[in-house]
Amino acid sequence: MAGLAASFGSGAMTNSFAEFDQAKLLLVIGSNTTEAHPVAGAFIKRAVQKGAQLIVVDPRFTGIAEHAQTFVPIKVGSDVAFLNGLMHVIIKENLQDQAYVDAHTTGFNELKAKVAEYTPKKAAKIAGISEELLVRVARQVASVKPAMLIYTLGITEHTCGVNNVRSCANLQMLLGNVGYDCGGVNPLRGQNNVQGACDMGALPNVYPGYQKVEDKAARAKFEEAWGVKLPKKNGLMMPQMFEGMADGSIKALWVFGENLANTEPDIRHVEHCLESVEFLICNDIFPTETTRFADVIFPAAAWSEDDGTFSNSERRVQRVRKAVEPPGEAKPNWWIFREVAARLGKEWKSKSGQEIWDKEVSKLAPALGGIKYSRLENDGLQWPCPDTKHSGTTCLHKDGCFTCGMGNFQALDWTPPAEVPDKKYPLVLSTGRRLYHYHTRTQTGRCGGLNDLLGQETADISLADAALLGVADGDLVRVSSRRGQVVVKAKVTPQVPQGMVWMAFHFREGNANWLTNPVYDPISLTAEYKACAVKVEKA
Amino acid sequence: MAKPTLTLNGKVVEFEPGQTILQVAQAVGVEIPTLCYLKDATPTGACRICLVEVKGARTLVASCAMPAGNGMEIQTDSQAVHTSRRLNIELLLASGSHNCLTCEKNGDCKLQALAYRYGITDIRFAGQTQQYPKDESNPLIVRDFSRCILCGRCVQACNDLQVNRAIGYGYRGAASKIVTTGDRPYQESDCVFCGQCVEACPVGALTEKKAVGLARSWETKQVRTTCPYCGVGCQMWLHVKDGRVVKVTAVEDAQPNRGMLCVKGRFGYDFIHSPERLTTPLIKGEDGQHHPATWDQALDFVAKRLKEIKKKHGADAIAGVSCARSINEDSYNMQKLFRGVIGTNNIDHCART
Ligand code: SF4
Ligand code: SF4
Ligand code: SF4
Repeated sequence: MAGLAASFGSGAMTNSFAEFDQAKLLLVIGSNTTEAHPVAGAFIKRAVQKGAQLIVVDPRFTGIAEHAQTFVPIKVGSDVAFLNGLMHVIIKENLQDQAYVDAHTTGFNELKAKVAEYTPKKAAKIAGISEELLVRVARQVASVKPAMLIYTLGITEHTCGVNNVRSCANLQMLLGNVGYDCGGVNPLRGQNNVQGACDMGALPNVYPGYQKVEDKAARAKFEEAWGVKLPKKNGLMMPQMFEGMADGSIKALWVFGENLANTEPDIRHVEHCLESVEFLICNDIFPTETTRFADVIFPAAAWSEDDGTFSNSERRVQRVRKAVEPPGEAKPNWWIFREVAARLGKEWKSKSGQEIWDKEVSKLAPALGGIKYSRLENDGLQWPCPDTKHSGTTCLHKDGCFTCGMGNFQALDWTPPAEVPDKKYPLVLSTGRRLYHYHTRTQTGRCGGLNDLLGQETADISLADAALLGVADGDLVRVSSRRGQVVVKAKVTPQVPQGMVWMAFHFREGNANWLTNPVYDPISLTAEYKACAVKVEKA
Repeated sequence: MAKPTLTLNGKVVEFEPGQTILQVAQAVGVEIPTLCYLKDATPTGACRICLVEVKGARTLVASCAMPAGNGMEIQTDSQAVHTSRRLNIELLLASGSHNCLTCEKNGDCKLQALAYRYGITDIRFAGQTQQYPKDESNPLIVRDFSRCILCGRCVQACNDLQVNRAIGYGYRGAASKIVTTGDRPYQESDCVFCGQCVEACPVGALTEKKAVGLARSWETKQVRTTCPYCGVGCQMWLHVKDGRVVKVTAVEDAQPNRGMLCVKGRFGYDFIHSPERLTTPLIKGEDGQHHPATWDQALDFVAKRLKEIKKKHGADAIAGVSCARSINEDSYNMQKLFRGVIGTNNIDHCART
């Protein structure tokens, strides 16, 4: 988000899913698409079936990699070096789109000087691949226009996540691929409504529609609309909230629908924070590891029990409809917030999802101005959609006209993950999602059939490491880091390269977040889920 | 350049070069029944139901596979077409064991609908006795080969739409059957349980196991919604009976998923009906246990505590984490509460996981 916004002026997926199977070349980086976004993965596979070229860059030989003509097994956390290496080759061989660069971007000379340092030899060494492969990939991506770049959390969940994203943007601007159908830079969102939560201003520095808290005019606009005085300074991001709980400056925390005690890095630390905060409120549909600590739990209406909207990765606002009644006394979340506001002295007018959207959100966020419930009956609308005559936007920055005027190249250096393997913890742990479950399984764990397909966590290790450790598939292993340890079954698989352990965070038992490192990207404060040092022993 | 034209049931219509006869007919609203035709996949012409008469052609032609030609004269419902379709339907019915009473697909079956429409009242050919046992070995999909008409839609859905390449035609002649590699059970094969084969099956050969016995198709109401799992945002139908979601299917032709779903979207709905749902507000007592409370008690208590904390430590001592899975309107109201009522910008969400 922060990375793309800095480069282009907008942080969302630039293009649309409808273009995936039309694309001629797709570069997929750090995305386990077939498991995390299966339908998007299907479109990519369909493109390949129709003759598109697919390059997959990932430390693991993932399901989507099986469909690629070119698989690039870079080392965990080496993305910036790898991408700089590609750009080095592209510029050296004069394969960039110089006309586009001149017309639509700034900072090319700085970028050129920086990537000049990343010779194929140096970049390939950091990435752990051959020079020949790096040069070949550089030429391949430059050979087709436009080429589409797709990435997921493999890019963002690092201490250098923002730089990873900016490097993706650099590459695509250099090749003149941003602003065209079947091109662009396309982050696939992990959760269904991350895009929407950002659009709605559930962020400490922006109001709905990315209007800045620190901007006086924006603040005045919301003060008028809501009839209140608004605080002037940016609020805390989640990791800072945790710090605040630990040091006692945060006294009350309201957790809406998130099972923080399993999803955040270093579970022990998180639980300590949740335990020490003076007053904890939770809205949820199930009791979770997090609600255990709550002083008050509000029972919430679930998906399909309330009317509203989600915004998907391609900025499409879509209707979510009520099909059944919530159980017992469970209530919609918006109603709960409204009731508390009333008890704190503010009566809000909007009494339904539709009223909140039509009368507030779409009036206050310019990019959503033309989106009304009455226009969302079928396929929804993609923002920006400024007025009710507008049919929405499938491709951002059309023809290189960036939201911020000019696209900004950022000259960036590669930095290693915060914790690298050493003698004591010789392997890299990387984490992610598996096909049959979702997050901490509060939902999928309660769906018939899905647990039968995948009933427990495993630690995926390479054949080579398994042999070294004397571990066979299905053996119990102890995986430990500086923060904790878990005992899980080993899954010995050719998907994983030597030196890596791969785990998910779906189950409490054997949850990778007992091990992960709570260190964050300095700008986005995204945690480094994708790299920490561990050791594995036979249990 | 003028568009090419053809005559369809006596009417002259324009078409785009490259369209099949079936596509031309669909575009102008003339219905040609099909069984095996699957949009976005290569036509196979396997079921012979979409036959039409083209003037000058020696035999009837499969409209799903035949490209439209300039000047063609086509009859979609002539006597010859009717007779031939009727015969093909009878043969399909006879090739398996079709006791609709015991079939999950009853009421939503394309073969049943065709038999009714073409006035088939009794089965002329000797019915086959059940050839294969029902395969109920996996947790999500029931496979009943005695009802399979070998139209191949599931094979196309798996290979051409989802590109999972888990199933194909196996064996030969009368023993012909749709199989996974090595004819293994689904869960031991490359199958990833997207259920696209079930969605594509026009008859009762592939059905959702979790939906068995819960509702006949005519008893359900269908509600369109958006999948609650990943950021693709697939469009789906919730099939609802008596306040319960009994089944989920994809919305055909809708963006962004164009008729596809994955295992989570298709089979991950029943958590909402779990007996473990929270159904009443809970307040932690002196004993450290959660006790049921009324809404007023819980809301008043929260308001009181927030006021106290704000008064003593300032609004910035309060922080909120919103939900990246819930609807926009919930997140909007939460940030409005924090900013406009509590008076802090300490509001964030798990954007980062
Ligand atoms: S598949 Fe169709 S025709 Fe056959 S038994 Fe089922 S409902 Fe009847
Ligand atoms: S469930 Fe999906 S992967 Fe499995 S056979 Fe059916 S279409 Fe193929
Ligand atoms: S059906 Fe699958 S791919 Fe589609 S939104 Fe749901 S989880 Fe994502």
